[in-house]
Amino acid sequence: MGQKVIGVDVGGTFTDLIMADPGTGDIAIAKVPTTLDNQAFGVLSAISTVGADLQDVAAINHGTTTTTNALLERKISKVGLITTSGFRDVMELGRRTRPQPYGLKGEFQPLISRDCRLEVPERMDADGNVVTPLDESILVDRIKQLLAAGVESLVIHFLHSYKNPSHELKALEIAKDLWPNDFVCAGHMILSEYREYERGTTAAINGAIRPVLDRYIARLQTGLKSEGFAHDLLVMQGNGGSVSSAIVAETAVNTVMSGPASGVMAAAATSRAANIDKVITYDMGGTSTDVGVVQGGVPQVTAELDLEYGMPIHVPMVDVHTIGAGGGSIAFVNDAGMLQVGPMSAGATPGPICYGRGGEKPTITDANLILGRLDPEKLLSVDNPVSIDDVKQIFVKEIGHHFGMTAEQVADAILTVANNKMAGAIRMVSLAKGYDPRDFSLFAFGGAGPLHASALAKELAIPKVVVPMKPGITNALGCVVSDLRHDFVKTVNTPLADLDISVVKEALEQQAQDGLDLIARDNVATEEIVFLYSVDMQFQGQSHMLSVEISGPDVSLEDLQKGFDDAYWARFAVELPEIRAVLVNLHTAVIGKRKSFSLETLAGTDQAASLEDALRATRSVQFGTEKQDTSIYFRDKLPMDLQLTGPAIIEQLDTTIVIEPGDKVTRDIIGNLIIEV
Amino acid sequence: MQKLDPITLSVIQNGLIQVCNEMDLAFVRSAFSPVISEALDRSDGIYAAETGELIAQGELGLPIFVGTMQFSTQAVIERAKSVEPGDIFIVNDPYLGGTHLMDVKFVKPFFYKGKLWSWLANTGHWPDLGGSVPGGFSANATEVEQEGLRLPPVKLFKKNKLDEEILSIILSNIRIADQRIGDIKAQASALAIGEARLTELLDRYGEELVRSCIAELKVRAESQMKAKISQIPDGTYHGVSYVDSDGVVDEPLKIDMKVTKKGEGLHFDMSESSPPCMGPMNSVLATTKSSIYLAIKHIFPEIPINAGTFLPLDVAPPDGTFLYAKYPRPVSGCAAEVSQRIAEAVFNALVDVIPDLLFAAPAGTSGNLAIGGYDPDRDRAYVMYVISGGGYGGYQGSDGLSNGCSTIGISKTTPIEVMEQYYPVLFDEYSLHEGSGGAGEYRGGFGVNYQIRLRRGNARASMVMDHGRYGPLGALGGADGGTNKVSVHSDGGTYVPPHLSKDQDIQIEVGDSIAVSTPGGGGFGDPRQRPPEAVARDVALGYYSIAEAEFRFFVAIDPVSGAVDERATDRLRQVAAE
Repeated sequence: MGQKVIGVDVGGTFTDLIMADPGTGDIAIAKVPTTLDNQAFGVLSAISTVGADLQDVAAINHGTTTTTNALLERKISKVGLITTSGFRDVMELGRRTRPQPYGLKGEFQPLISRDCRLEVPERMDADGNVVTPLDESILVDRIKQLLAAGVESLVIHFLHSYKNPSHELKALEIAKDLWPNDFVCAGHMILSEYREYERGTTAAINGAIRPVLDRYIARLQTGLKSEGFAHDLLVMQGNGGSVSSAIVAETAVNTVMSGPASGVMAAAATSRAANIDKVITYDMGGTSTDVGVVQGGVPQVTAELDLEYGMPIHVPMVDVHTIGAGGGSIAFVNDAGMLQVGPMSAGATPGPICYGRGGEKPTITDANLILGRLDPEKLLSVDNPVSIDDVKQIFVKEIGHHFGMTAEQVADAILTVANNKMAGAIRMVSLAKGYDPRDFSLFAFGGAGPLHASALAKELAIPKVVVPMKPGITNALGCVVSDLRHDFVKTVNTPLADLDISVVKEALEQQAQDGLDLIARDNVATEEIVFLYSVDMQFQGQSHMLSVEISGPDVSLEDLQKGFDDAYWARFAVELPEIRAVLVNLHTAVIGKRKSFSLETLAGTDQAASLEDALRATRSVQFGTEKQDTSIYFRDKLPMDLQLTGPAIIEQLDTTIVIEPGDKVTRDIIGNLIIEV
Repeated sequence: MQKLDPITLSVIQNGLIQVCNEMDLAFVRSAFSPVISEALDRSDGIYAAETGELIAQGELGLPIFVGTMQFSTQAVIERAKSVEPGDIFIVNDPYLGGTHLMDVKFVKPFFYKGKLWSWLANTGHWPDLGGSVPGGFSANATEVEQEGLRLPPVKLFKKNKLDEEILSIILSNIRIADQRIGDIKAQASALAIGEARLTELLDRYGEELVRSCIAELKVRAESQMKAKISQIPDGTYHGVSYVDSDGVVDEPLKIDMKVTKKGEGLHFDMSESSPPCMGPMNSVLATTKSSIYLAIKHIFPEIPINAGTFLPLDVAPPDGTFLYAKYPRPVSGCAAEVSQRIAEAVFNALVDVIPDLLFAAPAGTSGNLAIGGYDPDRDRAYVMYVISGGGYGGYQGSDGLSNGCSTIGISKTTPIEVMEQYYPVLFDEYSLHEGSGGAGEYRGGFGVNYQIRLRRGNARASMVMDHGRYGPLGALGGADGGTNKVSVHSDGGTYVPPHLSKDQDIQIEVGDSIAVSTPGGGGFGDPRQRPPEAVARDVALGYYSIAEAEFRFFVAIDPVSGAVDERATDRLRQVAAE
């Protein structure tokens, strides 16, 4: 049997693939256009590009945006809801505010339309006592009503089911008998956490995308099988782990946000291999930038992300924040005569001016080009070539003439403002949570990340930048290195003083067992099972929580109190002995470690003997107000014992790396560039 | 003064806002008051050393505080005899640039290199400040003393040390005092974070440069506001709105708003409004001004906020009206309700003039309901708040949002599952207030119905809401939104508050329930212009009845198929046109 491993990630524009042979150390890479209507075509085409014989492949791990796109474009299945009498509109009214703090405009479309939301008499109270028994005969009528209306996927969501799920379980049993397909789920099984809107929406999302994912995976699995692949496909989830295609659709909501998660997983694996303790991941693409935090090789996980306004997804996911700044962000002069960059973006079409697709607004990418950071020669390779003078003229016309500035000055100003703004946004979602930037490295990837990383690190007071070997296909790498992972959450919500610690032990042990059962169903070879336990805690009366890591089911009350006090001090520098601590949620992550894969092979074997031999050209590049003759190097040829002082530009197929004057660059053992700023 | 390039200006502007955003974030994540942590009823900002005027404010601060915090910082500056690093003043006096008593401000001198450089301030809504009813929203107080503890600016922290004596006075005069130490520490800790970040900013760019930028940014914001105002044609525009009653005397209070656009400025004249009232619906001047600033910011959301932003807005102090309250007039309704009526009067004045920028009136009430009681099972007293949303007005191109939050807030409603865990109540219902969206080419959004039943002990309920008498105004031919309704159900029958939207100390026993329906938004444009298919869809979703489709939208729906009866619809619309 073969032992090759394939990671394949479908992005908005490209489908990226890495094939690794852990035995020989061989690596193959492919980048093909994404086929939006059916992503399977792109995946199969990437596989044929690397010439893989699927009979030799032990595992294929797949990152897909199928579910994310389906949600954002509302190309979802017709979902029906059965809920507690009196509460069908919770899903439409939500806890809503408004889309923007100022301006009283904006819309919201519920995932399940009102005529498909039906009620049944039943009620639990907050302690899990039955107030109104479940009316089973009305339930049957309601189910039939939804079937008659053409509903494909059914969600059962009752108040307080996180506390006592018996009504949901009974309703699920009855519904499964009547429902013609498998697309039936109960809210507490997706997420056993309080807050009815968030739990219900998470379940509704799951119901809405489950049939979509199920069909997609079936098509892809069939395609792979016909090419000779004998195993179940693995699918990436938002928690950074993967799950077998046999069971992925049951919890389809876990695959939303899997794209950004795989990038962070690759960063985590890379930083572990390179012995870097703390990194902020910085993935900048054409329209947006994703930011995450990795400590000790483990990404931070959250259960509080919103996919868009009014669409919270409360399953544990790698904590990735998206900032609306990318290479296509547009620069303009506002009413106050001030230079602004973003949030509008030229996107991929028309894109930056230099793409030659009709873009007429100055963007960050154009600014990089004017300053010589991007190679002006590459202009020639676009559809309708634009000359650098055309780009400069637009810069002067749109912005320069307001301030009496040249195109170069405008370009430099755009980068200054954009970096400053990005740095602020990155701080808010990472360092502002109480971290010291001096302890961190900035892990830069994505097509545009390494262009800005050095300048951003300086803004953020982060001393070091790490650029991995293949910044443009980091997500595919994340798929190769990721392990099986299943997460569980349960609400306890009890003050420590009143807590029976055996409840914690039992619940955590149950979660661990549920994880082991799922890993058995995954039916994928694993080398080791790892359990990660944590709790959410707060002071009595608060509504926000802090996550605290714990050792396991045998945790004591004293451990909980101390862990919480320490975490609170680290975040807010406040001690509150006056107030009682409350244990809110229990979390268990069960991780099935797959055979590991050595990242050293990524470094390649092309290295030149000396720096001179890696030199490609010299060109004039502007740093600040000064133009300097700058050496341009091939990334793949940089020698292992690299010692380089900026300015320099390092180019590779998938990105361009800017080394600012004075930066010191070395390589580590797995080929990462380490830039000290 | 140094010559400033636009890049440095942008960088410093972002830097100052960043300092405030980080204060906002720390405050909301560590607060105990659910009104702060869930409803985001708080704000953080930086104020000038000498004048106290606004330098920068966090982007996610509660909108009503856009203007008020500079007035309270000014009050501190006037009264502070000496200030030292680590001092923090506490103040909530409504007449000293405040809102209502529950909005407690912390004002801290910021020293850079040993000299007073600016002030940092934040405000947070505490759940209770004492007074006659739990939660502070007394509907029939006639003096401010009945509304709670009033704090003039006093140093709660002296050189970083909490003054235990002042603290003990405060804690002895408020309900659920045990958790307030948490809010006090959270509020002070947010200011400390601001202090550290502002120091870093000054170290990096130099205080002279930052000072020059602040002055320039003020000028720029002013010119940006003027550019926006120039879109409005010259003239005087008249808008009105009504507060149901003051809670004591059952008569509506009128806000008469004359907005005059001349050149690059707007002048606001409210002198024809109702005189000061007996009950707590008076507004202090700071809140009245702030409500106008807020309304304008809702119309032009992209303008940054600093002291320059509001210079082109000239608000004549409406002396002799209920919009310029002086001691000891009660004011608990001003921040949450009167403020929204003032903003509504501004919208109403301008919607015919610049319809593309505006919208029909939003529900515009915070819907404060406070239930205070004793839970025998847990042997503790509690105060439970329900703050609810309502429909927004329709606008060119779209129907209004359903269940939007108050115009002065950005609050989330508390989950039912959370309220039922903490308090001895059970919700019977949380549903869409059908029919409440005002008819129009673009209809209003819908309000909410909820009903709460008491399960244990006994309790008292108080409420300060509005729009019970008149629904939110429609615009350009659109109809008004549905009104706010409150009723209390018990064995003895049904009780409807005489003032409809305001009452206090209603006794509630086990099994009794309170039902509330919140207002829908106003409709925008002639309902006869709404496509009949859109009306049929609204009927299919249960938003309106078939009868409502007919008499409010002039559309006939076939009761069997649910489809539009086109011939009947043509006839209806023709008759309506005549």
